[in-house]
Amino acid sequence: MAKKKKSYLLLPFVVGFIGALVFGWGLFPKMLFSEKQQPFWFSHISHVEVVGMDCYDCHYYYEDGSFSGIPTTEECSACHMDVMFDDPDEIIFVEQYVWEEKEVPWLIYQKQPDNVYFSHIAHEMYDCQTCHPAVETAEAWPKYYENRLTKYSRDTMKMWECERCHAETGTSNACYVCHK
Amino acid sequence: MAIYKLKEFKIKWGMVIDLDKCTGCGACMISCQAENNMAPMPDATDKLYSMTWMLVYRLSNGKPFPDHDIAYLPRPCVQCGNPNCVPVCPVIATTKDEEGGIVSQISPRCIGCRYCMAACPYRARYFNWHDPVWPQGMEKTLTPFTSTRPRGVVEKCHYCHHRFKAAKEKARYDGRDPNKLDEDDYTTACAQNCPTGAITFGDLMNPEHKVAKLAKSPYAFRLLERLGTDPQLYYMSKREWVRRQGDNYLEHEPTKGV
Repeated sequence: MAKKKKSYLLLPFVVGFIGALVFGWGLFPKMLFSEKQQPFWFSHISHVEVVGMDCYDCHYYYEDGSFSGIPTTEECSACHMDVMFDDPDEIIFVEQYVWEEKEVPWLIYQKQPDNVYFSHIAHEMYDCQTCHPAVETAEAWPKYYENRLTKYSRDTMKMWECERCHAETGTSNACYVCHK
Repeated sequence: MAIYKLKEFKIKWGMVIDLDKCTGCGACMISCQAENNMAPMPDATDKLYSMTWMLVYRLSNGKPFPDHDIAYLPRPCVQCGNPNCVPVCPVIATTKDEEGGIVSQISPRCIGCRYCMAACPYRARYFNWHDPVWPQGMEKTLTPFTSTRPRGVVEKCHYCHHRFKAAKEKARYDGRDPNKLDEDDYTTACAQNCPTGAITFGDLMNPEHKVAKLAKSPYAFRLLERLGTDPQLYYMSKREWVRRQGDNYLEHEPTKGV
């Protein structure tokens, strides 16, 4: 009799615990992040393996040491003035961006806040995939999750990740090394 | 003197301002505001609320004509070797820990308590009383190199720190050591735009830099030097009365310098 009563007493706590786990691990992340789509598909493979381009043709350093990042529509239109391969994604790019002279609003997986300073050339010895998703071998865009509150990408590197690597490599963790 | 252990730096970015060359034109103040994304103030004449990391003071020898003389004294953050603002900060938003000796100020971390402003004997720190608002069209003058600050945080001069970073990037691109910058690699906006060349900028620890020599000049002095703050900003003037106003002297005490 007493045993039975005890188990009934525990039941709401067990249900509440499981409910909290489901909410915390399952529902809340879904509520916090919204999945976003890139404007259109861009294949690194077809540019590198089929056309024979080099990574540094688009992602290069300027003479002042800053990094070019993603090429501008003007740079792309050096080749893509017109539709060349009848590819649906290429048609979108040429018709909606090259002819309209607009920049493509790519979603950047590692976009940092305005007060963070990052120098690509200072991190040259590392592979790009240490921080960036491996898009150069991807057949489709990795999923992009946007934080509904902060509007940042879920995969943006957090400050503790930067600090841990700096501590491990003996690099200074002074505030002004990464902040502006 | 210091209540906590001071860091030793191999590089100390510093300035020497020749007060005999300064005409008080204010080009340094304007170039600072443009360089560091400062919004136009609602009322720039109200000096209690205006933001001027670089501020030109007017000094007078107090004598009547014909002996009257004036001097202008531009005052950015003096980047103390022993900063008063750093130990009072409850959230470590301001530190002096990076090579180069520039006192950092991280505005997203600042809680706006203004202890640092009370602690700074040079009044080099400013509080954002208003939201920064750029009139339509003027937001195009914003640069991506300095982050803008919101209302409710303290900010201050950081010797155009983004230019320091850019200089290091350029040095890396050229295959040079980013910790051995030349004098021409890195300068502040105020030093660059001073029409009379009154402001000299460089590494005080590097004997090849002009500032290292000028700082040892017999005419060089620092503001309120006897407080023990050890600033990285030097002034120089051949006029004794100007040097005398740089510190608190008793009547019988001789002025420092020649």
